[in-house]
Amino acid sequence: MSTVLFIVETHQGKAATASLHGITCAARVAAAHGAELALLVLGADDTAARQVAAEGYGAAKVLAGVHEALGTFTAEAYGDAIAEVARATGAIAVGATATSSSRDALPRAAAMLRAPLVSEVVAVQDAGLLRRPVAAGRALVDTKIEAAPYLFTVRASEFPAAEASAAAPVETVAVGDPDPRGAQVLGIERTESARPPLTEAKVIVSGGRGMGSGENFKHLEALADLLGAAVGASRAATDAGMVPADLQVGQTGKVVAPDLYIAVGISGAIQHLAGMKGSKVIVAINKDPEAPIFQVADYGLVAKWEDTLPRLTELVRARRTAEA
Amino acid sequence: MKILVTVKRIPDPDEPLKFSGGVLDTSAVKWVPNTFDEYAMETALRLAEHVGGSQRLAEVIVMSICPAGQRQHVTQFLAMGGDRAVVVDHDDRALDAQTVAEAIAAVWKRESCDLLIAGKLAQDMEGNEVAQRAAALLGLPQATFAATVAWDREAGSLTVGREVDDGVESKKIPLPAVVSVDLRVVLPHSVKNGATPDDHAYQEGPRLASLRGITMAKRKKVDVVSLADLGVEAKNTSPIVHAEPPPPRPPGQIVESVDELVEKLATEAKVL
Ligand SMILES: Cc1cc2nc3c(=O)[nH]c(=O)nc-3n(C[C@H](O)[C@H](O)[C@H](O)COP(=O)(O)OP(=O)(O)OC[C@H]3O[C@@H](n4cnc5c(N)ncnc54)[C@H](O)[C@@H]3O)c2cc1C
Repeated sequence: MSTVLFIVETHQGKAATASLHGITCAARVAAAHGAELALLVLGADDTAARQVAAEGYGAAKVLAGVHEALGTFTAEAYGDAIAEVARATGAIAVGATATSSSRDALPRAAAMLRAPLVSEVVAVQDAGLLRRPVAAGRALVDTKIEAAPYLFTVRASEFPAAEASAAAPVETVAVGDPDPRGAQVLGIERTESARPPLTEAKVIVSGGRGMGSGENFKHLEALADLLGAAVGASRAATDAGMVPADLQVGQTGKVVAPDLYIAVGISGAIQHLAGMKGSKVIVAINKDPEAPIFQVADYGLVAKWEDTLPRLTELVRARRTAEA
Repeated sequence: MKILVTVKRIPDPDEPLKFSGGVLDTSAVKWVPNTFDEYAMETALRLAEHVGGSQRLAEVIVMSICPAGQRQHVTQFLAMGGDRAVVVDHDDRALDAQTVAEAIAAVWKRESCDLLIAGKLAQDMEGNEVAQRAAALLGLPQATFAATVAWDREAGSLTVGREVDDGVESKKIPLPAVVSVDLRVVLPHSVKNGATPDDHAYQEGPRLASLRGITMAKRKKVDVVSLADLGVEAKNTSPIVHAEPPPPRPPGQIVESVDELVEKLATEAKVL
């Protein structure tokens, strides 16, 4: 039986939520090919692989690729390891959720395998027929692949998270000699926040240039905290330094699909829409009735945030108090 | 130091897409350079020039795969300040990312380059893979999604601030190397080369070509080569067989007040 390989990223020893969504897509790819699904966990030891195996996630097995060069993520070493495992297992397809790490490493592996890569898959149409959005979400295209192996990254927001199942067996797999090629990760400046990550939040309150300053984002944060929401932003707001860059939603930021997306002082440029059009309910608050954001909003309020956010926060707080 | 900057021509993203017969019709589009590649060019020029001095720290070579007769985007990059160009005469729409990366790697070798700077993705096809593939084919280290680039000329290395999902990663790579750039690399203080004063504030965004630049561009050297000249076989292993517009969102409504909004979110949309 042929194998579809899916790379699971782990966070504090457990499968990252983004990867769980990707597993669902990979299971569909495997089903389309009549192949079995194997999960690959890379690291300096096999602790995380064992944790993932204990949860199973419907996979036939979990492969642990262990090497000291895989202790810190670098695209160079991970690319080498992924290509080596793909070769050794003869996998017909190799996938991962489209995170910044997989977008960094998978193309390297693809080049070494001389294999095609389909980025940001949103649907599995058939064996080797994958759908993805292009041109800032203005078109959906189906890519046909006859080669083996091929690689793919998954847009997490389009697939439900895989659930734990019976435990899967763990096998060790050789990763060759992964080489960081002199690259050194000096550190990561993380945006610390008690709020849920953008890509996992059920509700997002997002601000744009219309907020005027980073200071004014505190009005959005107050609302977000009452809603248990994440805070997002447009490029204009992140470029201006109002909030950190990793809060940017859009074609070149995070792609999100929460139950509720509240856009405040955001005009609705095509690149922003590309990152949030999949939200279930969209609310727009903007003083300009012509703003394109109103074309995708389920509920639009033509008003300044200064005149509306305080009342909105007050009403939401009242509902929360009434519930408690 | 030789910097290779790649540029893809893309259909003007401000024009509507045209679908016909279940595919995207690009026969009559207006071609413009990919914005991220303009950012790559700006990054290369900031590394190469010594603001306040006269010395030039690097040669900037522009490369594009496109029909040789449709290379306005290449001329534009030369007008911005590129030194010369290599045009690979081929319809890029018929090539997959691996072929593109092989062509880039071949030009890199011919020119003995030290640094490849590319946009992180093309705004039309959004593959986000060519720079990484080229790095792998050349066996080089890479720093993708660069928001800041600092060049240590003594050490022969770059320290790159990379925009990753949970913050900014600082990665140091020895040259020769590959960098792909993200949006914020064109903010006023994002690129440092150790010669231009560190506090120099660039104008935000990619520079516009000056009149003088436009005149000079016409005189700059453009090598036109074929894929065969580079020893690269043209292939497309991942063709697009169908394209369609995404389903439209159902029409929304304008509410008159915050009270009405909250009421509807609670009772109609049931999300509060
Ligand atoms: C290659 C490329 C990639 C890009 N990627 C992204 C991306 O990933 N994400 C992204 O967001 N953008 C992206 N952009 C930028 C995008 O094109 C827009 O420039 C950006 O989204 C605009 O942000 P904005 O809506 O906050 O600002 P603006 O367009 O300036 O809109 C501000 C809005 O605020 C409203 N407003 C002003 N004051 C008030 C007030 N007091 N109360 C209420 N409303 C008010 C105004 O009416 C206006 O509609 C990209 C651009 C390029 C070229």
